Amino acid sequence: MGVLLLAEVNNGELALDATAKAVTAAKLIGDVTVLCAGERAAVAGDAAAKIDGVAKVLVAEDASLGHRLAETTAALIVSLADQFDHIVAPATTDAKNVMPRVAALLDVMIISDASGVVDAKTFERPIYAGNAVQTVKTADPKVVMTIRTTGFDAAADGNDAPVETISAAQDPGLSSWVEDTLAQSDRPELTSAGVVVSGGRGVGSEDDFKMIEALADKLGAAVGASRAAVDSGYAPNDWQVGQTGKVVAPELYIAVGISGAIQHLAGMKDSKIIVAINKDEEAPIFQVADFGLVADLFDAVPELTGKL
Amino acid sequence: MKVLVPVKRVIDYNVKVRVKADQSGVDLANVKMSMNPFDEIAVEQAIRLKEAGTADEVVVVSIGVKQSQETLRTAMAMGADRALLVVAADNVETDIEPLAVAKILAKVVEEEQPGIVLCGKQAIDNDMNATGQMLSALLGWSQGTFASELELKDDAAIVSREVDGGLQTIKVSLPSVITVDLRLNEPRYASLPNIMKAKKKPLEEKTAADYGIDPTPRLEVLSTAEPAERAAGIIVGSVDELVSKLKEAGAV
Ligand SMILES: Cc1cc2nc3c(=O)[nH]c(=O)nc-3n(C[C@H](O)[C@H](O)[C@H](O)COP(=O)(O)OP(=O)(O)OC[C@H]3O[C@@H](n4cnc5c(N)ncnc54)[C@H](O)[C@@H]3O)c2cc1C
Ligand SMILES: Cc1cc2nc3c(=O)[nH]c(=O)nc-3n(C[C@H](O)[C@H](O)[C@H](O)COP(=O)(O)OP(=O)(O)OC[C@H]3O[C@@H](n4cnc5c(N)ncnc54)[C@H](O)[C@@H]3O)c2cc1C
Repeated sequence: MGVLLLAEVNNGELALDATAKAVTAAKLIGDVTVLCAGERAAVAGDAAAKIDGVAKVLVAEDASLGHRLAETTAALIVSLADQFDHIVAPATTDAKNVMPRVAALLDVMIISDASGVVDAKTFERPIYAGNAVQTVKTADPKVVMTIRTTGFDAAADGNDAPVETISAAQDPGLSSWVEDTLAQSDRPELTSAGVVVSGGRGVGSEDDFKMIEALADKLGAAVGASRAAVDSGYAPNDWQVGQTGKVVAPELYIAVGISGAIQHLAGMKDSKIIVAINKDEEAPIFQVADFGLVADLFDAVPELTGKL
Repeated sequence: MKVLVPVKRVIDYNVKVRVKADQSGVDLANVKMSMNPFDEIAVEQAIRLKEAGTADEVVVVSIGVKQSQETLRTAMAMGADRALLVVAADNVETDIEPLAVAKILAKVVEEEQPGIVLCGKQAIDNDMNATGQMLSALLGWSQGTFASELELKDDAAIVSREVDGGLQTIKVSLPSVITVDLRLNEPRYASLPNIMKAKKKPLEEKTAADYGIDPTPRLEVLSTAEPAERAAGIIVGSVDELVSKLKEAGAV
């Protein structure tokens, strides 16, 4: 029996980066069947069929599966569970909403945020905001798991896996969607961007955050923020990087006016190159920075934007 | 309506966690323990529901070692009415998995019949982000996770959820399990008189066996290791030097 992988589908489109990285991890365990579920999911299914290493794609389209409500998506996955030993998904907020529900319905533990696959029953995962890495072995007959995608390269495309249509499970009618307030942006997506420029409380205001955005746009980067910057209203919540925000691992991460609390480091310390700009030479962010610049950000950031 | 809030005792979020040399776990001896920060937010929200007249009783429950009493007293000092401690381990090093916690909580819910359960979205020690969703599944209830706004209306709750793309608002039928995110509210500090009063509030103690639940973990922890260290970096003297270093490294 193989692996069922819940693809990340947003508004009918496949989130290719997250899904293809999860495929790389899932392939280490067995044959991968990708499930694309949504009100519309056929286009996503066709995109998933192209990912290398995918053996089969299942497409479930139903109004009840729109907006990824946990109850209906979990019921669908449970209806398929007999056919698989492993049920996995990239560790997005959608999957973190759905997968523990699936695990409890199957009476197995969830393994959250697996960062490494040792064997089919043994996995690595970060705990304590990434201050320790645990290796856990499950005794459960089935494995339900979310995968921290930053540790895996995206599987290439060029495949042409068969696509099969399946029906939704019965809607338990417990919840309904009201609205989405989603950010519109032409910038790359934070978790898959090659470069991320993040601002912290030191930036001082929503207006001054434009300086961070200008540097990001110069580099074709995504914009991130510390929790303090989000809580202060300088940046929207979906920009938050850290233990309770997004986990990123770009080629280049530039932290501006961020002190480097462990909860922030948890979300970015696996970045390839880290640059820190902070006026306090004692700031802990310098301990993880490859290149540190002790300077006032209001001088350094415009200068850097100009010189790149 | 009664509100049930599960609270977990965890290492204080300011403590720098150290992995034991023999990789058997992290060092919990003599470190400061506190209520999981997300659970403080859940307790605060429950108290606000009571203050608004929506809820009439706030019950807090913790599953773990005896010392979790302190955490429950803190919650009562904030304003919870009474507490239940389910002793499921006698060693502070033993953590109880979300599945077992959820099974015990499901039994507590059967007894207490709350109209809503408010959990933290994740515990900052194991970062599993699972217990609330599992409890909701076991009860066959609706779930509203990562809530940054919560409004109760008739027999439903309107929940604004923090998701990857921004915010999603859903309507869940009650009873429901809601897990709370950081921006839902700013928890209050307990005043000294309230800390004294909390000592007299009822704290009932039970064991996992009383509920017929076996807390034996499904996951065996083979090792707990330090994460890979980053190589030491350098301090550059100017923006020009930074730009040339980044170019040398092929980063821009
Ligand atoms: C349960 C929990 C979860 C959390 N999760 C997260 C999370 O996911 N992500 C996260 O980021 N945080 C998280 N936090 C918060 C975290 O502990 C810190 O409070 C937060 O990261 C601090 O943000 P900051 O570095 O922007 O602000 P500060 O710590 O206030 O740092 C601001 C920095 O800016 C510098 N500065 C100020 N002015 C200038 C200037 N003109 N030029 C240059 N530098 C300047 C200062 O020297 C300082 O170092 C969490 C906390 C808790 C309790
Ligand atoms: C020192 C240590 C030793 C460990 N040893 C083992 C071991 O030997 N074997 C093993 O298999 N695993 C072990 N683990 C791992 C552990 O069993 C689980 O991975 C862990 O319970 C994950 O859940 P969480 O606390 O992150 O819950 P989450 O699902 O992140 O918690 C979310 C919310 O649920 C509620 N909640 C959670 N737990 C409780 C509780 N106890 N009482 C009341 N409310 C609660 C709170 O509202 C909380 O905010 C150990 C962990 C530690 C820290």
